[in-house]
Formats: sequence, structure tokens, C-alpha cells
Amino acid sequence: MDSTIIIEKSIIILVVFAITMLMAMYSTLAERKVAAWLQDRIGPNRAGKGGLLQPLADGLKLFSKEEFEPDTPNRFLFFVGPAVAMSTALMTSAVIPWGDRFHLFGRDIILQATDIDVALLYVFGVISVGVYGIMIGGWASNNKFSLIGAIRAASQMVSYEVAMGLSIIALLMMTGTLSLREISAQQPGMHWNVFYQPLSFLIFLICAFAETNRTPFDLAECETELIGGYHTEYSSMKMGFYLFAEYANMFISATILAVLFFGAYNYPGMAWAVENWGVNIANVIGIAVLFAKICFFIFFYMWVRWTIPRFRYDQLMHLGWRILIPLSIINIIITGIVILRAEIAVYLGF
Amino acid sequence: MSTILIIFCVLAAITLATAFLAIFSRNPIHSALYLVICFFSIAGHYLLLNSQFLAIVHVIVYSGAIMILFLFTIMLMNLNKENEVHKPRITRLGAIVSFGLICVVLILVFINSKPIVGEYITTGEDYQSIKVLGKVLLNEYMVPFEFASILLLVAMIGTVLLSKKEKTEK
Repeated sequence: MDSTIIIEKSIIILVVFAITMLMAMYSTLAERKVAAWLQDRIGPNRAGKGGLLQPLADGLKLFSKEEFEPDTPNRFLFFVGPAVAMSTALMTSAVIPWGDRFHLFGRDIILQATDIDVALLYVFGVISVGVYGIMIGGWASNNKFSLIGAIRAASQMVSYEVAMGLSIIALLMMTGTLSLREISAQQPGMHWNVFYQPLSFLIFLICAFAETNRTPFDLAECETELIGGYHTEYSSMKMGFYLFAEYANMFISATILAVLFFGAYNYPGMAWAVENWGVNIANVIGIAVLFAKICFFIFFYMWVRWTIPRFRYDQLMHLGWRILIPLSIINIIITGIVILRAEIAVYLGF
Repeated sequence: MSTILIIFCVLAAITLATAFLAIFSRNPIHSALYLVICFFSIAGHYLLLNSQFLAIVHVIVYSGAIMILFLFTIMLMNLNKENEVHKPRITRLGAIVSFGLICVVLILVFINSKPIVGEYITTGEDYQSIKVLGKVLLNEYMVPFEFASILLLVAMIGTVLLSKKEKTEK
């Protein structure tokens, strides 16, 4: 492997890491601002102009807080919990195509850390491993409330992973590939997958809410029943990591939604832009378009959080197992019939 | 070639160490977590063999689903040393004998198996791509594949039946 590829990929990885952190940081501010706006308040406006430095102030506060450790026989696992949560939240971004390509220094630079054949399965794998951060942390806290919070979160995530995987199968039958790069290349202009697979999108969206433990599915940290859920015993930056991981997860799932269903970096007239303005400018616009879509979905998450009340636990399980899973199986059958309609017509003798 | 050998040695050491720790550690949750690390290093072995699909599916199924449900049960059961059942000597002996027999069978299988990767390399087919894998699974190995799915279905129906039965008794 030549060294330029290593340098190129390292730069992409560093930039993606920095952007994920930045987006997660400013999502915390955006959340408070959106909440304030929806509740007719002003929101944080003391640190910096219009509260722009608030995330930095929050981080500084969390770092300087006293670090409290509960009386637990599993001190090591107590530290591992937030670390696992944070690293799995950051790992998914490796397979996301942030743009098509740049043409710099006489060579094509692909705007993706790695383009593996099984990218979508990789995303699911990382999501399913992310449950460990919550479970280990909740158990190692040596506190009944934390344990119940962790078990609620884990059972919710495991249940909704099933519906999520099934909803994606209908999409995969259409695209015929698991590579996120090819899936985004298949949606030029306005040929977004959401128009062909609306039901699949709806199920995936609901499951994404459940996977990131956001309202209306935030039973894991239901304050009235569980104090603070799995991070009750955590303080200082360890709790900061759990909260930060949630925002990083939100950013990543918004990105996956944009890539899978809303055409990724594609926008109407991209081919024209490539012809007339060159590859680089067309792709800078593409990246901006992708981030606009991501920001919309992050806003959507917050909008829902401050609009819809929390589900009850049995309602959550009912929705997951009895509504979403059968619906996604029906969706798979319909997609199969539509794909094979010519063959079926011949078989039936039309 | 040597870097791959070093990676293999490190992975093999992690696999063996965590597997032994899973057996020997006193705390059931610790042994479950060691088993999770063991599964991850086995996924690493699959990656060394260039089979991405197998590695990812291994992580999703074993680490992501089975071990989480396992941890779940252990955490809720709250196992202590007091209620640890002391098994009779004959059971332990039986376990050792059956383990030895399984070892013999596995070693024989590995000795008699033909490495098929060489064939794919000579024909130049991309054997790690999921397209090739899917075609082989649904053409050549169609019958065993369907049988495996029927087995899973039967297990699922059995579980539903068992959990239903408990409910009516209450």
C-alpha cells in the first residue's frame, strides 16, 4: 500500500472524527435552543454571542466537577461502560460516504474512510455492540435503578434492532447491494429511495428513535420512575460521555437516514454541476447538501422530543413486536411481488 | 506476510486467554464479558481469512444478540456463590468425556476437509463478496440452508409455546 493512500485516509478519518464531535457538541446547544423555541423561551444566551460558546462552557463544567464513584466491586467495568458507549458511537462513521470524490493533485480522492462490501451490516454490528456500553455501565454501578434502566434500554434496543433489520431488507432487495457508496450512487437527482420505499423509511425512522434512546422511547432514563436511568451513579465527564454518545449516535443515525433514504450527497442538477463547474465544486455543494439533510433530521429528532410524550413500557414493546415487525414483513412481500411482477405475470399466464 | 503472522498470534493469544478466563472466572458476568471479547477475536480471525461477511455476521449474531440476552438473564438472576449448585463427580466426568469426544470429531473434520479457497483463487472469483456467497448458498447448498431455517423456525415456535404456557398457569 502506498503512503499517499494512508495519509489521505488518515486525514479523512481525522476530519470525520472532528466533525462528529463538533456536531455532537453543537447538537446539545441546538437541543436547548429548539426546546426553548418550542416552549416560547429564549434558551441559553449568556456564554458567547447568542449562547454559541455554551457547549464549551458545559464541557469545562463537566471536566471540573468532582468525580464520584459508587461503592462497587467492579471499578474497572464502571470505567469501561462510558468508554464503550463513546467508541461505538464514533465507529459507525467509518463507512459513510460523505461525498462522491474530489479531484486534487491529479488523483481522485474518495470521500469515505473505507468502502467495504458489507457496509450496512457493519453499521448494524456496531449498533448492536453499542448496547454493551449501557449494560456494563448500568450493572457496574451497583444500583438497582441503574440496573433496571440498563435492562430497559438494552431490551428496547434489541427488540427494535429486529424491526430495523427487517425494514432495511425491502430496501436492499431494490438496491441489490450492501455498500453505502453504491446505494448513494443509485439515487441521482431526486430518485431518492424514500419515494420508492416510504413504508420502509417510516419503520426505519421509528426504530432509529428507539435505538438512540430518544423521546418518545427514552424509557431508559425515565426520570419519574428511574431517577436517571443507567447513568444515575455517574458524574463528571463519565456522565458527559454517556450524554455525548447519545448526541453522537443521533448525528450518525441522522446521517444513515439521509444516506439510505434521502439521496445522500445527491441533489437535482449534480450531473450538470459536474459538467460545468468541475468535480470539486459540485462535490463541495454535495457535502453541504448532505449536511443540510443531516441537520434537518437532527432538528426532526428534537422537534419530536418536545412534541410527543413518552410511551409506556408495554406500549413500546407492543409497537415494536406486534406492529412494526409484521408491517416490515408485509413490506418485504410487496417489494418482492413488485420486483418479480413480470415473472409472476408470465407464470400466471397473463 | 510476517505482519499477518504477528496479528494472528496476538489474536490467537487473546482468543485462548479470554476463553480460559471465561471458564475460570468466579463471577458469571465477568465470564460472559470474557466470552464477548473471545467472540470479537474470533471475528478478527475471520477477517484475517478475508471473509468480511462472516466476521460481521458473527459479531451481529453472537456478540450483538446472543451474548446480550445471556448477560440479561445473568444480571436479572443475580447469581451468588451461595446458590451455586455443587455438581456430582459423575456429571463432571461425563462432561470431560463428551468434550474429549467432540475434540476428536472436530480434529478429524479439520484433517479431512479440503481447503476450497485455493480453487477460488485460481479461478479468480471474488469469493469474499456477498453476491458469490449468496449464490452458492441458494444454489449448491439450497437444501441444508432451508433445513437450517426450518430448525430455527421450530426453535422459535417452541420458545413462544413455552413462554405462553407459563402465562396461563399464573
